[in-house]
Amino acid sequence: MKIDFSGLESTAPLCGANSEMFDGISTSPSFQIPDTTDFDDFQKEAIQMVKPAKGTTTLAFIFKEGVMVAADSRASMGGYISSQSVKKIIEINPYMLGTMAGGAADCQFWHRNLGIKCRLHELANKRRISVTGASKLLANILYSYRGMGLSVGTMIAGWDEKGPGLYYVDSEGGRLKGTKFSVGSGSPYAYGILDSGYRYDMTVEEAAELARRSIYHATFRDGASGGVASVYYVGPTGWKKLSGDDVGELHYMYNPVEPTVVEQEMSEA
Amino acid sequence: MSIFEYNGSALVAMVGKNCFAIASDRRLGVQLQTVATDFQRIFKIHDKLFVGLSGLATDAQTLYQRLVFRHKLYQLREERDMKPETFASLVSAILYEKRFGPYFCQPVIAGLGDEDKPFICTMDSIGAKELAKDFVVAGTASESLYGACESMFKPDMEPEELFETISQALLSSVDRDCLSGWGGHVYVVTPTEVTERILKGRMD
Repeated sequence: MKIDFSGLESTAPLCGANSEMFDGISTSPSFQIPDTTDFDDFQKEAIQMVKPAKGTTTLAFIFKEGVMVAADSRASMGGYISSQSVKKIIEINPYMLGTMAGGAADCQFWHRNLGIKCRLHELANKRRISVTGASKLLANILYSYRGMGLSVGTMIAGWDEKGPGLYYVDSEGGRLKGTKFSVGSGSPYAYGILDSGYRYDMTVEEAAELARRSIYHATFRDGASGGVASVYYVGPTGWKKLSGDDVGELHYMYNPVEPTVVEQEMSEA
Repeated sequence: MSIFEYNGSALVAMVGKNCFAIASDRRLGVQLQTVATDFQRIFKIHDKLFVGLSGLATDAQTLYQRLVFRHKLYQLREERDMKPETFASLVSAILYEKRFGPYFCQPVIAGLGDEDKPFICTMDSIGAKELAKDFVVAGTASESLYGACESMFKPDMEPEELFETISQALLSSVDRDCLSGWGGHVYVVTPTEVTERILKGRMD
């Protein structure tokens, strides 16, 4: 039996040139480094070029029954709203979810890449990868690209042999284990609701409502968050989408208005 | 980020048949943070003259106070209300006074003039007047507003249809802008009455 060490390999090219030799042999993706003398300045410009989906609210927390994951669905470029229907919760496999904050392309690509690695691990070892392992796989890749302009702020949530798991991973190389996280420009608002309403022994329904409410309040205060508040639950049998509510309607559900206050006529002077 | 986009705003005025409408959003923010959702950007000068001030909120309020002051002095001396055309020139002059340190506002002026002829006009922050026959827009959502108004506006609308049009144009425009929205404020002005309505909108 051969042991698979591919998880330990760095995917980033360690030398920019002279890699033609290995082209087509390596199965993991690697990218060419731009041919420029002023690398830092080039990076700054390149980052400004590809920066949609910056404002975001995502959250995830562990409770008695599993993990609850929720996010908004807005993508903005500066002040312009480029989409109100972005999928920010990425399904890595039936037992694991990733959330998307930062660069949309970076998040999508590396989550898909992580999905491949997780499946490969499953085939090689005849058992599913742990959330700990998966998050470390991603964190190691992101670390190898550190300083090169990747923009990823993600949570890896799932259910493995040890029960529910939740990690925060970012493109600066950070990886934190925890029970409660929120990422994105709307995260301070989401934390406000989440921290005050959180109990470990919530039911699935209570937890879903807390997650939805946290996202709603973040979309209300944060200009860069909005659209639809989607809520996912990961339990022993895998993840399930629980709800996807238009925030425009949620507001008037949480804050009913009586028509007399809404409408008033000015008398003729 | 530009100082004009610090608080966020959306402002639009439209001309109808012997009437006009002026509408704005209700958000006051500090960059991406929404601070208030009942902010006033449209002000009544007299029964047939309204001014909307987009841009930096603090300057909008200061400018409004100066405009009211000057209009009251005019009323005392002339014993009549100002014509919209005259008022536009006044706003322009006040703005140009601060040519090298301007108010960070883009005003929209709408009124009924002689024989109740509708008048709308907008200006840049240093007072360059831009008169229009159909509609004018201003604020952080101005690009989307141009698109919406361009496709929804029809000449010679009655007050009811004008209200519907300006409201739909405003609401659909602010849905494409992070910095404005959170409800709307619409005034429809005819020679005999002023109708003020608050619009419910998406609160995200």
